[in-house]
Amino acid sequence: MKLFTIFGNIVRNTIRGPVTRNYPAKVRDPFPTERGRLIIESDKCIYCGICSKKCPSNAITVTRQPEKSWKFERFRCILCGSCVESCPKKCLHLVSRLEKE
Amino acid sequence: MSMLIPYGPQHPVLPEPLQLRLEINDEKVISAMPVIGYVHRGLEKLAEQKDFQQDTYLIERVCGICSFIHSLTYCMGIEEMMNIAVPPRANYLRVVWSELHRMHSHLLALGLLADAFGFENLFMQLWQTREHVMDAMEATTGGRVMLGSCCIGGVRKDIDPAQAKFVLDQVAKVEKELKELVPVLLDDYGVKQRLVGVGVLDPQAAYSRGAVGPTLRASGVRRDHRMTGYCAYGELGFEPVVRKECDCYARTDVRVGELHQSIDLVRRALAKLPDSELKTPFKGNPSGEVAVRAEQPRGEVLYYLRGNGTDKLDRLRVRTPTFANIAPLLGMLVGCNLADVAVIILSTDPCISCTER
Repeated sequence: MKLFTIFGNIVRNTIRGPVTRNYPAKVRDPFPTERGRLIIESDKCIYCGICSKKCPSNAITVTRQPEKSWKFERFRCILCGSCVESCPKKCLHLVSRLEKE
Repeated sequence: MSMLIPYGPQHPVLPEPLQLRLEINDEKVISAMPVIGYVHRGLEKLAEQKDFQQDTYLIERVCGICSFIHSLTYCMGIEEMMNIAVPPRANYLRVVWSELHRMHSHLLALGLLADAFGFENLFMQLWQTREHVMDAMEATTGGRVMLGSCCIGGVRKDIDPAQAKFVLDQVAKVEKELKELVPVLLDDYGVKQRLVGVGVLDPQAAYSRGAVGPTLRASGVRRDHRMTGYCAYGELGFEPVVRKECDCYARTDVRVGELHQSIDLVRRALAKLPDSELKTPFKGNPSGEVAVRAEQPRGEVLYYLRGNGTDKLDRLRVRTPTFANIAPLLGMLVGCNLADVAVIILSTDPCISCTER
């Protein structure tokens, strides 16, 4: 019959400091693969509309008539990155959320 | 004299809204009736309105815990319909992410079980261990839960040697911490008092009521869909974890066994990772119908897909493992103490939002 099997763990946790970070004073470095935020280099864009067709949440609207526009609803975006992959001109990018606008 | 107790949908131990109407006599449960439908989101209907490639991301959101395996099963179905051969590297990467998902799901389930029998410390420790797996997934795909890495014809992301090393390090950390936590979960007197002999589901009942996953394997039935060798499981030498005790303790033991097995599978898959393309390009739209299965942390999931040659599917139907496990759960509850109901429910690891979609 084994009793108090977690006791060693409790002692160790009492001596050791907290496992969590002092957020938001201390922020963990993001991983290089982070899908933080979608940006567009609008001067490279040819308004083909492939990104809006591929977007699973219909967050992107591209129009060519009467004037060329590329609109993006940030709150609908699920950050999957399928627009970035499908862009023929490679003008869409997912950048870190810590990066300044 | 018997009385009716509505157990849930808002209950401190239930992570998700499942209601069980328990008919009790003194402290014993005489019968149980489930009520589901609190978190129905109409995902199947929405899937019929979207493009079949967009559905990959939608289907991933059926469940927040086994998200990758949902999208994997859906992609396997579409690949079967369109006769797309998946490159070997993609198959191995799919196994790696599936097993990482299984690890984090089992750690989550064991933590919730510990919480159900009032072992708060063990709950916190198991969830702390789970963070290593979440980090491994975030480092390889960019998402902790919604990986978005599976696509029709293969995978969208690769694991390079540096990332593979990180995953192996994280997995080693999990193994080290499990060495400390598993004795608490399986050998502690207090824990055993709450688990051994509670919620017995005999093999015959498990089979006839259609139990799946750890619930079925803890009743001594050797059945796991990974045995069929889908993805790269056939090449990795897979053997299911089976226990014969049929109670909550056996179900916990199966999950612990599968955790160790997943660690092993991740290591083997990363060691044998072949060099090939990540994705097979394809053209056209799916037509015909297909039923495809895969093994999720909670058991076998079944997808039924019907395409009509256009970019939208005619029908998409999901039978999730928790739905199959509700009937066995009702059998387990009969004759148990009211205090054990929470432990029995959580020993089947219910995922209600998955079930109702």
